[in-house]
Amino acid sequence: MTRIDRKFEELKAAGKKAFVSYIMAGDPDYDTSLEIVKGLPAAGVDIIELGLPFTDPMADGPTIQLAGQRALAAGMTLNRTLELAAAFRETDDTTPIVLMGYYNPVYSHGVDKFLADAKAAGIDGLIIVDLPPEEDSELCIPAQAAGLNFIRLATPTTDNKRLPKVMENTSGFIYYVSVTGITGAAEAEAGDVGPEVARIQAAGDLPVIVGFGINTPEKSEAIAKVADGAVVGSAIVSKIAEGQPVDQVLAFVKTLSDGAHRA
Amino acid sequence: MNDLFNSFMTGPDENGRFGDFGGRFVSETLMPLILDLEAEYEKAKTDDSFWAEMDDLWKHYVGRPSPLYHAERLTEALGGAKIYLKRDELNHTGAHKINNVLGQILLARRMGKTRIIAETGAGQHGVATATVCARFGLKCIVYMGAHDVERQAPNVFRMRLLGAEVVPVTSGRGTLKDAMNDALRDWVTNVRDTFYCIGTVAGPHPYPAMVRDFQSIIGKETREQLQEHEGEGRLPDTIIAAIGGGSNAMGLFFPFLDDKDVNIIGVEAGGKGVDMKMEHCASLTGGRPGVLHGNRTYLLQDDDGQILEGFSISAGLDYPGIGPEHAWLHEIGRAQYVSITDKEALEAFQFCCQQEGIIPALEPSHALAHVMKIAPDLPKDHIIVMNMCGRGDKDIFTVAKHLGFDMAESD
Repeated sequence: MTRIDRKFEELKAAGKKAFVSYIMAGDPDYDTSLEIVKGLPAAGVDIIELGLPFTDPMADGPTIQLAGQRALAAGMTLNRTLELAAAFRETDDTTPIVLMGYYNPVYSHGVDKFLADAKAAGIDGLIIVDLPPEEDSELCIPAQAAGLNFIRLATPTTDNKRLPKVMENTSGFIYYVSVTGITGAAEAEAGDVGPEVARIQAAGDLPVIVGFGINTPEKSEAIAKVADGAVVGSAIVSKIAEGQPVDQVLAFVKTLSDGAHRA
Repeated sequence: MNDLFNSFMTGPDENGRFGDFGGRFVSETLMPLILDLEAEYEKAKTDDSFWAEMDDLWKHYVGRPSPLYHAERLTEALGGAKIYLKRDELNHTGAHKINNVLGQILLARRMGKTRIIAETGAGQHGVATATVCARFGLKCIVYMGAHDVERQAPNVFRMRLLGAEVVPVTSGRGTLKDAMNDALRDWVTNVRDTFYCIGTVAGPHPYPAMVRDFQSIIGKETREQLQEHEGEGRLPDTIIAAIGGGSNAMGLFFPFLDDKDVNIIGVEAGGKGVDMKMEHCASLTGGRPGVLHGNRTYLLQDDDGQILEGFSISAGLDYPGIGPEHAWLHEIGRAQYVSITDKEALEAFQFCCQQEGIIPALEPSHALAHVMKIAPDLPKDHIIVMNMCGRGDKDIFTVAKHLGFDMAESD
């Protein structure tokens, strides 16, 4: 059982929905982002998604792209990202960390070495956007064998015929992408998302967390109501981009998590 | 590793792999779309009516077959191998790009897609896509790096004349790879009505195989035409083409892959020299395997797996990757890959103008520069076929700048 599995059991017992936040590791620099990450659990974050910077984030909108560029410009790498996770782990041994990014930095590092290093750094799960089920042998299967959750995206284009394939080797939770599009673009509508989440919940027993297009406490609450939790990324990253101080960023995160926890 | 008893022409496998290269590294949103495309392409491939329509358009709209021309003066000046040029620069729109675009647009029509998106570097693929979209009355959006929009102004104007919307891409560093990222972002957003017309033999399966199949008309014609010149059964001894993503090269090479006596050479853009870090676009000679834009292939990247920008005088070769089939042919040793610097390409460009009265694009000038290197030492009965994949009209401004010729003042 991973920290992710334990977290969902805990939330279920408390009758609460999950709030998941995304920030880019190393944005705007290593120290600031570590300080933010360390403050996330107290701001009500149940699961931390940590972005792994990549030069060519094809599924991300401008907000996350620029965050990645800032991090890379400040010297962030995969190794430094794992160091950041390990530094967080020294202060918190229960909040799950999911590393989210693209495959090339992982492939370049070497899959086996990456899995060992990620595990040692206290990473609990992976979301690798450009690894669909068709490429499961690359990282998904080895990751599960190494005791890391491999969390898959399901999208509005994932029809019922395809859904079992998407669910098959997924663990931890399913990340439902609420809109066809990139991060931070269109707005998610609870009315559209609800039936889709129900469809995916019915297809398996994993929690379904919804992300993309959630940017306010109200939206966070509305989406969490119709799912097992909500993810917010671009809206938080925007605050960091504006140069807001860490405590203000965390105060904003708290409003979002309160929204989800009200649901 | 394959041995020569096996065919080199059976790839990719059902997972879109050429050996370890290729594949389908895309987000879940796009996955159902590329599976649909694959199914539709498999249907079209064996449908005579599809190919009849292609043949008709190739003949009457593009002007195929393009000539296979014996470059007598070039041959004489180099004093060795007999040189033929496959004249794909004479195609409508001035390059080989339209061979592939026609195929993809016919597929898009079959799939009921009404909105076509494309990425472009030098603008040749963008112009070809805008052209065919105009021909069929389809909406066309072309993503082009902001930097390329500036240096390829004539092609930007051409695309707009043809009714396309040209979107300057400022994300990343504003080059071809960023244009491809933005095209993928568009596609992931507009999945229902949009067809992504990729301009080279890269991207997720089935694009590398599909684009290769459409471009293979180049090699098929060459095979027949050389026999008309040289007698039945005569094959070229060496075939050469320039490579950015590698579609014109794959088109020439593919029909000859199983003719083991045909020597195959791909020429990458060496920029200022392959030993100069980040100052070239030679993915095979200066990169290593990685995953980008839906496929595993050789990429220019740093130690952390971050993608590097290429550098070349030729915007059409300015891409940090290469088609996965080339990566495979390189690894198994069926084709040889070399690089040519900007300076060598510029010299070949001028030599071709003077010797043959043909103004080549900067891309095939790289291939020609390699021909100039090897032809003098080869016997006179050694036949080289080089793909003249594009004409140089689009490049005269760049070349003038490098030769110190002021276009503004000399009217």
